[in-house]
Amino acid sequence: MSGNLLERQSFVELDARTRVRTLLDAGSFRELIDPFERMTSPWLARQGVVTQSDDGVIVGKGTIDGQPAVVLAIEGAFQGGSLGEVGGAKIAGALELAADDNRRDLPTRAVILFETGGVRLQEANLGLAAIAEIHSAIVDLRRYQPVIGVIAGSVGCFGGMSIAAGLCSYLVVTREARLGLNGPQVIEQEAGIAEYDSRDRPFIWSFTGGEQRFRTGFVDAYVDDDAARIRAGVIDGLARGRPAVERSDRYRQSLEQLARYDAGVQATPQMVRQICASGERDE
Amino acid sequence: MEKHDFEYPAGPPAAQRVMVGVVGSGDLEVLLEPADAGRTTIRVTTSVDGYGNVWRAQLDRLFKADEAQRPAASIEINDFGATPGVVGMRIAQAFEALASAGAGARP
Repeated sequence: MSGNLLERQSFVELDARTRVRTLLDAGSFRELIDPFERMTSPWLARQGVVTQSDDGVIVGKGTIDGQPAVVLAIEGAFQGGSLGEVGGAKIAGALELAADDNRRDLPTRAVILFETGGVRLQEANLGLAAIAEIHSAIVDLRRYQPVIGVIAGSVGCFGGMSIAAGLCSYLVVTREARLGLNGPQVIEQEAGIAEYDSRDRPFIWSFTGGEQRFRTGFVDAYVDDDAARIRAGVIDGLARGRPAVERSDRYRQSLEQLARYDAGVQATPQMVRQICASGERDE
Repeated sequence: MEKHDFEYPAGPPAAQRVMVGVVGSGDLEVLLEPADAGRTTIRVTTSVDGYGNVWRAQLDRLFKADEAQRPAASIEINDFGATPGVVGMRIAQAFEALASAGAGARP
């Protein structure tokens, strides 16, 4: 992590729409189901929650490095980046269209910008169903093209959408990123504050932060919070093509690693690194 | 959650539509679309109840000062607890984006 701060353009600080514009080739951004179509959540308003005109999901069509691409970005500032029926359907639908493109020999690739706590609780099962559709769509599309996930921060990626991240061919993260199935407060609630203090930020990042996830093989690229670096990481992933073995197909290795963990002792980040480094990489 | 409607005299129709902001904590989104010459309408949806008079005071201040010059627009504001200062800045940003017709303003 180096470089002159003044020369960087922070990606973390950009809103979702600007992130999409930054990743696509200059001038190629075209938004599908834009805010003026007012495809908002029908459920939030009924519960007295103000809606956002794009339901917190931006679908950007364009090119990356001259090749057709669709970038799907979740706006972490709106309802914690939670996914409801509409936002989830926007992502799933766009991924399904990208797979259809590939079946018609149009090599559309997809990049997903995760900034999400997972399902939107106000939309419950509809959000969960949408996330399941996203999972299916990623698995379908990655048969043709690598699917790239980016977790920049600062919301991170949790819940059902962490599974979506795990299904991506490659993941790009920054130091601000976090990736985990359960968010810190949920873990604290279940395990007790003695085991997991959700207010202890260095502790949280030491287990679920971008650097640890990189050192333990859960993500593929660890880059500075800089728009150009993140774009380079995305382009690198796209150029590598489909991995020989997808991460989610390496579950036997993960299960073996888990079996080596002694749940009787408090885990440390170093311990996790040792366990995760001990398996053979399939790459 | 409350809704408030406002109306102000205006000039010729806005040249294009613009969208700025997010419905994040202490923030708001502004969607501005061209309307018929002479009239600007504003529909505010806010998460904070009981501040209709504050909205009126702030929007009067912004829109009555130069009502003849402001382009006519249909404006939708979705607010998540922004202060009047932030409201003023987001509306200014929307009209700036409209004037510059610059990249970044139009989705």
